[in-house]
Amino acid sequence: MRAIVGVFGLAAFLFAVLVVVVRQPMRAALALIAHMICLAALFAALGVHIVALFQVLIYVGAVMVLMIYTIMLLDDHDTAYEHLFSRWSLPGLVGAAVVVAALGGLFMAAAPAGAVAPATVSAHFGFFDFSLEFMTRYWFHFELATVLLTIGAIAAWSIMSQRR
Amino acid sequence: MDEYRFLIALATALFALGLLGVVIRRNLLVVVMCVELMLNAVVLAFVTFAARSQTIPGVAMTFIIYIAAACEIAVAMAIVVALVKRRGSLDLAHGDELRG
Repeated sequence: MRAIVGVFGLAAFLFAVLVVVVRQPMRAALALIAHMICLAALFAALGVHIVALFQVLIYVGAVMVLMIYTIMLLDDHDTAYEHLFSRWSLPGLVGAAVVVAALGGLFMAAAPAGAVAPATVSAHFGFFDFSLEFMTRYWFHFELATVLLTIGAIAAWSIMSQRR
Repeated sequence: MDEYRFLIALATALFALGLLGVVIRRNLLVVVMCVELMLNAVVLAFVTFAARSQTIPGVAMTFIIYIAAACEIAVAMAIVVALVKRRGSLDLAHGDELRG
C-alpha cells in the first residue's frame, strides 16, 4: 500500500507541475487528466472506492471532456500561447511558498504522526452503506446539489445566449 | 512519514501549485485548469482525513465538491467562450477593461 501511495502520489505531483508549465492548453488538459487518474488510484488505495469511481466518472468523464471541447473550439494561434507567464511570477512563487508553509503547518498539526488507523476498507465506504447514509443523513446536501446543478446549467445557458 | 501525512503534504503542495498557476499563467483555459487542481487538492485532503478517521462526512463533502466543480466548469467554459468572442483572445493580459 505504501509503495502504491508513493508512486501515484509522486506521479500526481509531476503531472500537476506539467499542467502549470506546459505551453499548449491541450497538453495541459492531458496532464490534468493523468493527474486525476493518479488521484483516483490514490483514493482506491485508501479504500474509498466510491470516490475513486466518481473521480473518474465526473472529473475525467465530464469536466475534462467539456474542457477539451472548449480548447478545440478556440483558436490555437493566440498570443497567450507565446507569452507563457505573467509579470506576477515572483509574487506568485512567494504566495505559493507562504501557502505551503501555513497549510502544511496546520495540516501536520491536525494529523500528527503515530496513532494511525489501519488502512483497511471501512464498511462505511462500501457502495450500499454509503448510499444509504448519503440519502438519509445527508439528504439536504443532495437536494442542495441538485439545485446548484440546475442554477449552473441556467447560468451557462444564459451566458452563452447573450448578444454581443 | 506515514502515508496519511504524505498525502496531506501532497494535498498542500498541489493546492499551492494550483494557486501558483492561477497567479502566473496568462492563458485563461490553463488558469481554469489550475482552479481544478486546487479543487482536486481539497478533495484529496477530505478523503485522506476521512480514511484516516474512518468516518463518512469527509467523503460526503467530496460529492458536494464534485457538484460544485461540474457547475464551475460549465459556467467557466461559457464565460471563456463569451470572453474570447468579445475580446478575440485568451490572453489575460488583454483583460484590462475593469481597470479604474
